[in-house]
This record gives sequence, structure tokens and C-alpha cells, in this order.
Amino acid sequence: MAVCIAVIAKENYPLYIRSAPTENELKFHYMVHTSLDVVDEKISAMGKALVDQRELYLGLLYPTEDYKVYGYVTNSKVKFVMVVDSSNTALRDNEIRSMFRKLHNSYTDVMCNPFYNPGDRIQSRAFDNMVMSMMVQVC
Amino acid sequence: MSPTQWDFPVELCCRPMAFVTLTGLDVVYNAVHRAVWDAFCANRRADRVPISFKVLPGDHEYPKCRPKVMTPLSLLGFYFQGSKILFLKTVWFNVTLIFECWFFLIFNRLENAFYEHAQTYYYTEIRRVKSHKEFLNKTTHQLLFVRHQFKIAFFSELKQDTQNALKNYRTAYNLVHELRAHETNILEIKTMAGFINYKICRLCFQHNTPLDAIAQFRKHIDLCKKKIGSAELSFEHAAWMSKQFQAFGDLFDEAIKLGLTAIQTQNPGFYYQQAAYYAQERKQLAKALCNHEASVMYPNPDPLETQTGVLDFYGQRSWRQGILSFDLSDPEKEKVGILAIQLKERNVVHSEIIITLLSNAVAQFKKYKCPRMKSHLMVQMGEEYYYAKDYTKALKLLDYVMCDYRSEGWWTLLTSILTTALKCSYLMAQLKDYITYSLELLGRASTLKDDQKSRIEKNLINVLMNESPDPEPDCDILAVKTAQKLWSDRVSLAGSNIFTIGVQDFVPFVQCKAKFHAPSFHVDVPVQFDVYLKADCPHPIRFSKLCVSFNNQEYNQFCVIEEASKASEVLENLTQGKMCLVPGKTRKLSFKFVAKTEDVGKKIEITSVDLALGNETGRCVVLNWQGGGGDAASSQEALQAARSFKRRPKLPDSEVHWDSIIIQASTMIISRVPNISVHLHHEPPALTNEMYCLVVTVQSHEKTQIRDVKLTAGLKPGQDANLTQKTHVTLHGSELCDESYPALLTDIPVGDLQPGEQLEKMMYVRCGTVGSRMFLVYVSYLINTTVEEKEIVCKCHKDETVTIETVFPFDVAVKFVSTKFEHLERVYADIPFLLMTDLLSASPWALTIVSSELQLAPSMTASDQLESQVDKVVLQTGESASECFCLRCPSVGNVEGGVATGHYIISWKRASAMDDIPVISTVITLPHVIVENIPLHVNAELPSFGRVRESLPVKYHLQNKTHLVQDVEISVEPSDAFMFSGLKQIRLRILPGTEQEMLYNFYPLMAGYQQLPSLSIHLLRFPNFTNQLLKRFIPTSIFVKPQGRLMDDTSIAAA
Repeated sequence: MAVCIAVIAKENYPLYIRSAPTENELKFHYMVHTSLDVVDEKISAMGKALVDQRELYLGLLYPTEDYKVYGYVTNSKVKFVMVVDSSNTALRDNEIRSMFRKLHNSYTDVMCNPFYNPGDRIQSRAFDNMVMSMMVQVC
Repeated sequence: MSPTQWDFPVELCCRPMAFVTLTGLDVVYNAVHRAVWDAFCANRRADRVPISFKVLPGDHEYPKCRPKVMTPLSLLGFYFQGSKILFLKTVWFNVTLIFECWFFLIFNRLENAFYEHAQTYYYTEIRRVKSHKEFLNKTTHQLLFVRHQFKIAFFSELKQDTQNALKNYRTAYNLVHELRAHETNILEIKTMAGFINYKICRLCFQHNTPLDAIAQFRKHIDLCKKKIGSAELSFEHAAWMSKQFQAFGDLFDEAIKLGLTAIQTQNPGFYYQQAAYYAQERKQLAKALCNHEASVMYPNPDPLETQTGVLDFYGQRSWRQGILSFDLSDPEKEKVGILAIQLKERNVVHSEIIITLLSNAVAQFKKYKCPRMKSHLMVQMGEEYYYAKDYTKALKLLDYVMCDYRSEGWWTLLTSILTTALKCSYLMAQLKDYITYSLELLGRASTLKDDQKSRIEKNLINVLMNESPDPEPDCDILAVKTAQKLWSDRVSLAGSNIFTIGVQDFVPFVQCKAKFHAPSFHVDVPVQFDVYLKADCPHPIRFSKLCVSFNNQEYNQFCVIEEASKASEVLENLTQGKMCLVPGKTRKLSFKFVAKTEDVGKKIEITSVDLALGNETGRCVVLNWQGGGGDAASSQEALQAARSFKRRPKLPDSEVHWDSIIIQASTMIISRVPNISVHLHHEPPALTNEMYCLVVTVQSHEKTQIRDVKLTAGLKPGQDANLTQKTHVTLHGSELCDESYPALLTDIPVGDLQPGEQLEKMMYVRCGTVGSRMFLVYVSYLINTTVEEKEIVCKCHKDETVTIETVFPFDVAVKFVSTKFEHLERVYADIPFLLMTDLLSASPWALTIVSSELQLAPSMTASDQLESQVDKVVLQTGESASECFCLRCPSVGNVEGGVATGHYIISWKRASAMDDIPVISTVITLPHVIVENIPLHVNAELPSFGRVRESLPVKYHLQNKTHLVQDVEISVEPSDAFMFSGLKQIRLRILPGTEQEMLYNFYPLMAGYQQLPSLSIHLLRFPNFTNQLLKRFIPTSIFVKPQGRLMDDTSIAAA
């Protein structure tokens, strides 16, 4: 399903990044990092919209030959980036949206943990498991 | 096989136009011919018909049409040249026939004629091809279908019918993909598909339908991506793919230059990037497939040679041109051919291609606000330069982008870049770079595994010991050989072996935080601070020297720790020694120095901390932290630590948590705490203009003598400027101070004080206005003291401020009354009146009125002695003292605003004030009074009381105050209480300036306060003179006592 899932802090440093173990990890790091260009642009474009009307899902950030990169931004400007194999046509916008929602919920749980200090790298088994489930899930 | 094998033919890339040749023109030597030629060719504007002109000599030999080949061989051959020839044969002009003079007038028409001619020609050509196509059938002439379709499309384009051209190209494209692909013809199919796709995309952009172009390109790529063909030549596929993307990027870019707008997520950069990606793949495939032994020779004869030097048809193999069969007729020939291609590929400089494409992409992404994409591509460029062994360029690029990744905290990426950079610097034996990258790769931002870090640390130590480091892994063997030579040269090379590296812009493996114990220090106590160090490298490491620099460099000498050790000991003897850092443990180094007395009131700032690794005998690296430490990552870490609620595990007392240390890089030096007391004694509030006494008592509580005690006292600076004008301070209370006295007395020397001694100083303040003022009393002195066995002279000071309110000492009220004590609005000329002053004390302290004085204005005269009635009177709070003066004002005529009365001067002092304190005179300006003339003044002369049945003589004086003779009518109204004798009604005349006496004898009938018979006067000349006015001057009533009863008194006594 997803080949890489990343959570990026408001200041644009990675809070969490996990990619499919078979692939070159560095490549995905670069991919996620470069996608922030588009995220930044999209966020600044919708900066004027009211907060409650704001759509968190940013949609397809940019297509590459082999992958599709999707983005999502929370109200606290934490970004989620998901890389999906281009050949995986079963994943429509709706599926991606629901994946992001799941990710957001799980992230919220992490934030609710009183022992988690916002801004620290995420080291949560529950979050890990959830991300792994989204990466292996067969469509 | 030229390096441009994958480039499209120029004929394909240009915009087709009708082709016309002119012959017989001598454009070099004949000016007229030149002019004709220029008229056609020079400055062709966009609105002119699209014709491409060419001049050929008259004897030019036009290419012949090739003899028809029997079988429809191939897709596209010398096609483009062919199309030109056909046109040449048709339109042929000899322009010398035309009259030169009016040629310019008609050349436009001529040009149009050419154009029309061409249009017709292309039209017939299309018809011809179409009719020919009708004879074809799909099973046997599959290839010709494509060829014809292409021809029609191309002719349409020449005819400037781009819509039809596009339609026909699209059909041709679909036909190409209907062809049966086989290993032998797949290159040709792809080549054709690429050409046609290029044409379609180009036309789509031309029609301003970029989305169609993109869609077509995507379709094209998706269809062709998997058509790899021969595995042995798979690099050819990658090269072809790369070319497709590059060509599309070029088309896209060209369209943008002509006005198309691209967006961040859809711009030519992506295509260049993909082209670069395929170029990289080509490189890798070539590396894998073309790794023949050096002994393998290039085949002879060259299978890639053709007779003409070029291929007859695009995309065919030179050794089997025109062969349509899918079977390989000659496998041996095939093998040799492939070998030749592979060997040729080996000579291709792939890195150059890749870098060109990447830099194209960088330029695009820069334009479309993609800084991170740009950085990524620059990293790739850097890496490519590294592969191409251009380490200088590689380092330059990598170093440039490193900070972007560092500032955003992408440590994995940073580590990867640093690793490459370290390799580059190793291979070039760049000492400083090598050390810098090592420092960061050992640091906490590095994601390297511990074994890698150990290796780098070991190398670093080697470098510091003036030895060569081990080569970095995965480096080119030849390059490593060169590098080893360079390193050994470096070792033998004498020269500067000290490298100072500023660490604030990266994340080194040692962290530093300097912290003053307090934000301020008194000058008589030593300044103390700690430098905390923590190493993040895998092995303990020993530093040789630590020095701290301050803004006042004189302190630098006190803050140096040096530990002599041999270079070889850097890693040994580990756990001992101050300067040996154990990974993960915080090391505290304490410093102490005595601040200079000149620095009192100044800030001492740590400007840098230098930590030296290695020593002068080997190589020495000085890590330089600006300010009190901190590097590129520490501010974010400090923020996170501050946010954290995490409880830190308890550590032994001597240790501290790194995160809990907050950098404090500056401290204030403040003066020694004074040990004296300053008391102020005074009696507020101050009274306006008085010499207000302030007693300052200074007592020394110091253990030794204090010297040079100085007092500064007065109005505290920084208040309202007007206060400065109206406040004066003096030490001498015996004389009144005036404007010349200052508001603040500075540095009054008061001598020395022995321990316990006390001194008292009186000062006087004169405040000219009411309101509150702040007064400052500042005492400074010098004292000798010892800090850390060092004798210093401290200047101490103590200040006291006091707010003093100034009030008026008293209120003075003044009123004018008649001699009857009736309030007067105005006074009458020459008629006496009373001036009453009323002085109400407002001071909380008793006041002594020393004297008072009435200074009359010249217009006023006193009716009587003007002596003070309040001399030596002491007024308590709220008490008042009144005086009364009888005055007269001679006639002055009509004066606007009244007549000045004069001044009332009160001389006073506090009742408590000593004798030598001067008396203060307060001058009150008396109000003006309106003086009115009256024609007649009546003055009554009568006893102060009457007695029943005793005669009461009353005399009225009537004075004529005018210069006229006055006719006066006088009558007396009887009263019940009196009988009277005298003139009851009379009319008389009074001469100017004289007076008339009227005598009456009243006889009271009743006791008590009785109304007198009222005198009524009527002036014939002055009807305004009324009885009302008259009543002001003469009494209307009198007290009548009852009759005495002497007899009764005795009778009572008798009873």
C-alpha cells in the first residue's frame, strides 16, 4: 500500500519517517523532503481561509515516474506525507483520505500521551503498528 | 555512432515552412542582388508568409530521386531532404529577369505568389500520397501506412495546416504502436514513435493546449517504458527514455518562453529530472554491460560503418539495413555489432550528460519555488561530480546545500551528504574539510552507526597525529592511490598545522555551554563561571587546551586550561585528566577571576570559547564557539528541553543534566555593596520659597576607614525641566538663595570617616513653586579591600531619594469695606474706606509673622497710620490673622480696570526656625479697585448710642464734591421712635468745594435698636443720586438705651 509514511514537524524537521524496508530509505527521505516545497506553497496559498473551513487534506503533491506523493496538514501545521506506488491504481483519493484520517487519529493519541513532549521524534509502538498496518495492507 | 545518436534530426525540430530557392543571385559581389536577397530574408516579421528562402548557384546539382526500392522497406529515411527536392523542381525562378528598381514594390506580391504556388504544390503532394495509400493493404504494407501518414502530416505542416498535421501525426502514432515489435525492429519503432510523439507534443504546445501535450507524452512514455529490447543493449533504452524526457522538457520550456505559464507541480524541471534519472540508469546499465576486459578489441571491419557514412533509415542497425525479417540471418554479425555498440557506449561521458540535465532541472525548480527540490538535485549533481572525479566541484555543491538540510534538521540526509563530502575531502587530502566533516559525522546529528563513527574518530586522531587516515570505504581504487600519495605529501609538508573551525554553523561532536554563576557580580567578589563540555563521539577523547575569550581581553589570560600531553595520548590514559571527555558525560570546568574596578557598571561577555584538540607538534584543531557555546542544532534542542515535563533521573551531586544547563554568556559587574547608612531628617512639607532644611546623616559601618566621601544632593535629575528652574540648593542656610544657585550640588567633599563615625550635613532647599519634587542624596566613597589576595580600591556608593511636597504657607484674602464695614464693590473718590487683609495659615507647622507692611500705590493715601497690627504673631495651622487699613483714594477720573492699590508684604519664618535662618518676605499684590466720583458726600456726626428721653444731637455735613453750585432739596421723614427738632424740609444751595452743616436734635422715645428719621436728599442736577447711595454714608439706625433707674435701684436695695 503506502511505501513511505512521514510526519513532519511545524518547523519542517521529521518527527517520524518510515519506508518500506525493501526500498532505498534515503530516496524516500529525499522525496518527502522535496514534497515540503509543495506543502509550503499549498499552506501559504490557503493561509487566508478560515481555520474551521480549512481542508486538511492537501491532495496529490506531485507525481513522479514511479510514485505518488500525498500530503495532509493538521491545524497545528504538522504535516503528514504519504508516498504510494504509482502502479497501485486501487488507491483512490478517498482511500488516501481515510488513511490520512487514521494517521491523524493515531497522531492525536501520541500527542495525548502525557509523557510525549511535542516536537520530539515519535517513538510509539501503537503509532508504529498503525503505520506498519498501512504499509503492508494488501488492496 | 556519434554521441548525438539520440538527438532528434534538425529537420524534425524546426518549424516546417515552404521552401523556395533563388538561383543566379550573386549576393557576395553584386550589391543589387544582395539587396534583393535581403528584402526576402532579412528581418522577416511574423506577419509575413512563412517561407524559408535559400540561394543556390545556377549550376547547382539537385539531388536525384532515388530509384524506387521494390519492397516497402522502412519507416522513415532520407525523407526530409526528399521533400525539399520535390519543391525545388517545381518552382524555379531567375530573379535577374525582374526589374530591380520596382522589385521592392512588388516583392511582397511576389512572395505571396511563391507561397500560393507552394501551397498548391503541397496540396497536390498530399493528394498524391493519399491516392497512393489507397492501394495499400494493412497486412502487407503495415510499415508504409505509417510512412504515408507521416508524409501527409508533414506536408500539411509545410502547408501550415497544423490542425490536419496534428490529426495525421496522431494517426501515424497509433499506427506505429500497431506494428509487430520484435527485438530486431524495436529500436526503429521506438525511434519513430519518439519522432512522431515529438511532433504531436510540439504542435499541441503550438496550439496552446499544453495539457494535451502532457497527456500525449504520458501515454507515449507508458507505452514505451517497457519496450526495452535487447537486454545486452538495455542502456540504449535508458538513453532513449532520457532523450524523450529531455526533448519534452525543452518543448515545455520553449512554450513557457513564448508565454505559457507553468506551475510548481508541473514544470519542465520534472522532465529534466526524469531525463537525468534515466541518464543515471543508462550509466549504471552501461557500467554493468560494457565491462569488457581491456584485451577485447573493437571489431574490424567496423560493423557500424556504412557506405554513405549515415544510416538510410532512422533506428535501424547499420549491419542489417533494410532487412525486414525477424530472424537473425547472421548471428555472428549480430554479436559483433552488439559488441561494437557496447564498446562505443563505454566512451560516453555519462556524468556530463547527467550533470547537464540536472543543472537544467535546477534552473527550472529555482524558478518555480522549489528550494528543497533544488537542493536535492544539487546533491545529485554533487554526487555525480564525485563519480566523475571532479571532487572540487562536488565539494562546492555539497557544501552549499548542506546547511539547508542542517537547518531543517534532516539528519539522515545530512549524514549521507557529509559522507560523500568526507570522501571527496579525503580523496583531495583537504585537511580542513576532512576534519570539519569528520567532526560533524561524529556528532549527535550524524545517523552513522557506531562502528563507522569509531572508524572516523580513529582517522581523525591519525590526522591529528600527523599521519594519513585510512581511505574511506567504496572509493575508486585509483583515486585512493592518488589520495594516499597526497596525504603522505601533506605529512612531510611543513606549514600551518593549526586549523580553527567555527562550529556555530554545524553540529560538531563536542558540545559546549558556558554559564556565569550569576547575572551580576559585585566587584569585590570573584567572577565565577563554568564551561560545560560533552562529547558525542564513540570513544573518550582528550583535549589539549581550553580558552575563553571576553569582550575585555584582559580576562582571557585567567581562563585557560591547558593539559600537556603527547599527541599519542589523545586516546590513552582516558578517565583521568580534566580535559578528557567521556562520551555522554557532562564535564564541568570552573573558572574564577577578579573583575577590574574599571569594569564596574559594564557587561563582561564571553565572546568565544576555543577548544583545542591535538597539539602543535602534530596537527591541532581549534573548535571555536561564538559566544557562550551552542551550535546549529542547540537552539532547537534547548527549546525542546524547555518544553519538556520529563523528570530527569537523579544524578550524583557532581554531575548535571546537559539539557538543564542554560547558556549565560554575559554578566554585569556592579559596585561593591556599601556599608554605610544615609539618613535624611527634615520636616515636610516644604513651604514655598522658604529655606527648607534637610539634614543628611552619614554613618560608616565599614570595618576600615573610608576615604574621599563625597555627597551629591539636590533635585533628582530627569524630572520636569521647569522644576530645575524653580529649585535651588545650598549648604548655607543663613542667606536666601536666588536664581544663581544650582538645583543639584555635586561631589561635595566631606572628608574621611573612621569605622562607626558619623557625620551630619545640613542642606537647604528653596522651592519656588508648589508641587512634589524628588530629591536625591548620593554618597560615594573609596575603600580598600582584598579579593582573592588581591588588593583593590572599591568605589562604593549609596543613594537615598525622598519626595518632598511644597505648599503655600498661608492664604491671603483681601477685601474692601466701607467705614460701616459694608462690603464695597467700588470705592468713592476722596471718601475713606477700609482695606482688610486676612492671612490664613496653611502650614502644618507654626509660623511666625515677623512683620507685615502695606506698600500703597501712588494713587492711594492712607487716612491714618499704616502700622502693622500682626507683628510677632505666631499662627498655628488653620489660624488666621487679619489687619485693617483705612485708606482714601483721590479722584482719578475714569480708569479702565480700576486703580492699583499696592502690595502687601508679609515677612515670616517657621516658628521652629533658628535665628540665623533668614526671614522670607512674601509679596501679595493687592487687587485693583474701581473708583467712582460722587457729587455730594454726606457725613453724619452722632453719638454712638442714645438714651430714651434724652436729647440726641445729630449733625450732617453735606459736601459738594463737584465744581458746580448744587441745588439740594433735603427732607427728613419722621420716625415713630423719635421726635426731632430741626429743619424738616429745606432747599438750599451749596457752593463748589464747600460744605453745609445741618443740625438736628433727635429725641428717642423707645429703647432698642431704632431706625433714625431718614434723611432724604434730592439733587436737582444729579437725578441718579439716590437715597440708596446716601444710605451708604450715613447711619440709618442707632441703639437707644433705656432710661436710667437710679431710684429703683435703691428701692430694690431697700426691699
